[in-house]
Amino acid sequence: MSTTARIRPARLAPRLLMHAGLIAGAIVMLYPLLWMVSSSVKPNNQIFTDLSLWPRELRLENYSDGWSGIGVSFRTFFLNSFVISTLSVIGNVLSCSITAYAFARLEFRFKSFWFAVMLMTLMLPLHVLLVPQYVLFRNFGWLDSILPLTVPNFLATDAFFIFLIVQFIRGLPRELDQAAEMDGASPWQVYWQIIVPLCVPALVTTAIFTFIWSWNDFLSQLIYLNSVDNYTVSLGLRLFLDSVGVSSWGPMLAMSTLALIPVFVLFLLFQRLLVEGIATTGLKG
Amino acid sequence: MDQLAVSSKPMGDAAISPGGRTRAIKRSTKKQLYGYLFLAPWLIGFFVLTAGPLFASLYYSFTDFDLLTSSNWVGLSNYTEMFTEDDRYFTSLKVTLTYVVFSVPLSLAFSLLVAMVLNQKLAGMSFYRSVYYLPSLLGGSVSIAILWRQVFGGDGIVNRALAAIGIDGPSWISSPDYALDTLIVLHVWQFGAAMIIFLAGLRQIPQDLYDAAAVDGAGLLSKFARITVPMLSPVVFFNLVLGIIGAFKAFTPAYIVSGGSGGPLDATLFYTLYLYQKAFTSFEMGYASAMAWILLLIIAFFTTLTFVSGKYWVHYGD
Repeated sequence: MSTTARIRPARLAPRLLMHAGLIAGAIVMLYPLLWMVSSSVKPNNQIFTDLSLWPRELRLENYSDGWSGIGVSFRTFFLNSFVISTLSVIGNVLSCSITAYAFARLEFRFKSFWFAVMLMTLMLPLHVLLVPQYVLFRNFGWLDSILPLTVPNFLATDAFFIFLIVQFIRGLPRELDQAAEMDGASPWQVYWQIIVPLCVPALVTTAIFTFIWSWNDFLSQLIYLNSVDNYTVSLGLRLFLDSVGVSSWGPMLAMSTLALIPVFVLFLLFQRLLVEGIATTGLKG
Repeated sequence: MDQLAVSSKPMGDAAISPGGRTRAIKRSTKKQLYGYLFLAPWLIGFFVLTAGPLFASLYYSFTDFDLLTSSNWVGLSNYTEMFTEDDRYFTSLKVTLTYVVFSVPLSLAFSLLVAMVLNQKLAGMSFYRSVYYLPSLLGGSVSIAILWRQVFGGDGIVNRALAAIGIDGPSWISSPDYALDTLIVLHVWQFGAAMIIFLAGLRQIPQDLYDAAAVDGAGLLSKFARITVPMLSPVVFFNLVLGIIGAFKAFTPAYIVSGGSGGPLDATLFYTLYLYQKAFTSFEMGYASAMAWILLLIIAFFTTLTFVSGKYWVHYGD
């Protein structure tokens, strides 16, 4: 007992040191974000001169100026982004869970072959497919529409999520679906009534990551959307930067802040699931 | 691959019991059918959106395809032009490799270090974890790239902090010497996702190993070298592969920071950015396809290298 009593004060110092280091690190990590939020409500001339994060003078007009700053309102961009991200989420959740169920529970010829193929597509850099997919969608007459950005999600092209859900289903007890099969349930019923309800955590993780990735996406939106009315938030921000640019940093940063809010809210609501989602797929890889 | 395919066969045969052979066969064909029915969306996606385009792009890479006029077979000339005449191609290769070589190991080191500190059962651990994780969710967005333009601009906050200690910093973003460094910093700033994976990996290491080592008088360093590193090596490996692939694919920050040009003086001309310019600005789609295939080969090379070398340093338990 006496030894532990002696060890304790010695351990307190490194512990405090670790806290100090972690807090310093946290400040460095968060400072750019906090600076952005605070600059978004500062007058233009104070953004670069006023060092403090707390604005001396509130200028909320940055938000209204930015919102309608480039002809087309950011309302349009936000709506477009929401439609694309929501459809992507629906597509990914449905198609990836159906595919994952087939791989995890059904028996069919060449299953391991297709599974290996699916895993290989995980490694494939999308840039190899960029040009031919563009040609394909152009032939379909899909350019400048949301179709190239959403339809692929309904065809389970995001192998990462298939893998995530497969891992999750493999962890579920087989007795449940076997019992249902004994009672004459079809695979479709097993999928819809047993697997899907049990998979909710994995499906929510899929939904949130899909939303965030699609919300943050830039390259494919840049390629497929041409008219400003179809622009997403990412493209709207780029247009803002090109047209108004350096002359109005306040409204620019205000819109950049707004663009991060949906992702930030999802992070606050679901951080435990996000963290677990990464941890499990990472480990079992 | 064939071996893998064969291995699923015995399972199908096992279902056939001597009693109800026909019924079992009927059930098993039905099962086959269901299997492919459920797999159908993925199979369509795979053939139409992945496999088809993959071969199409290989074909385009041997043509002068430009989307508008009819294309001609040009043999290997796209590839030879790339490696013998196109200086910007070499620049983009150099920029990307520099980016990968610095940002991947740096963010691995950071994420491992922070994960090990957070694994010490400190109070407030989940708060720190959230704070460090957040940038990796936001980092790929246009917003953050715009913010970065400001943070490392001539009168940005980095230079203001430097001015406070008497250093007159350059305009990092618009200097050919430093522009790429700011993007490497942006990449490292997003180390949180890898940190979470490390943290989960550290939790899996049984505490008895450390206790036993402590009994034998092992110090902190030898515990790290002999227990943590080997036990964690599969996770390091996983993060390394993901990190390399992710870094090669980076596009948004370079595009936003340079206004799509890859400047100043091509200092941020990422491979993906140059590919985008070739394909969608000058519509040299045959050339862009050849570039894409070389990128595929480069990534495959690095991934294979990691896998092969992994035999010597990745420890998968006994």
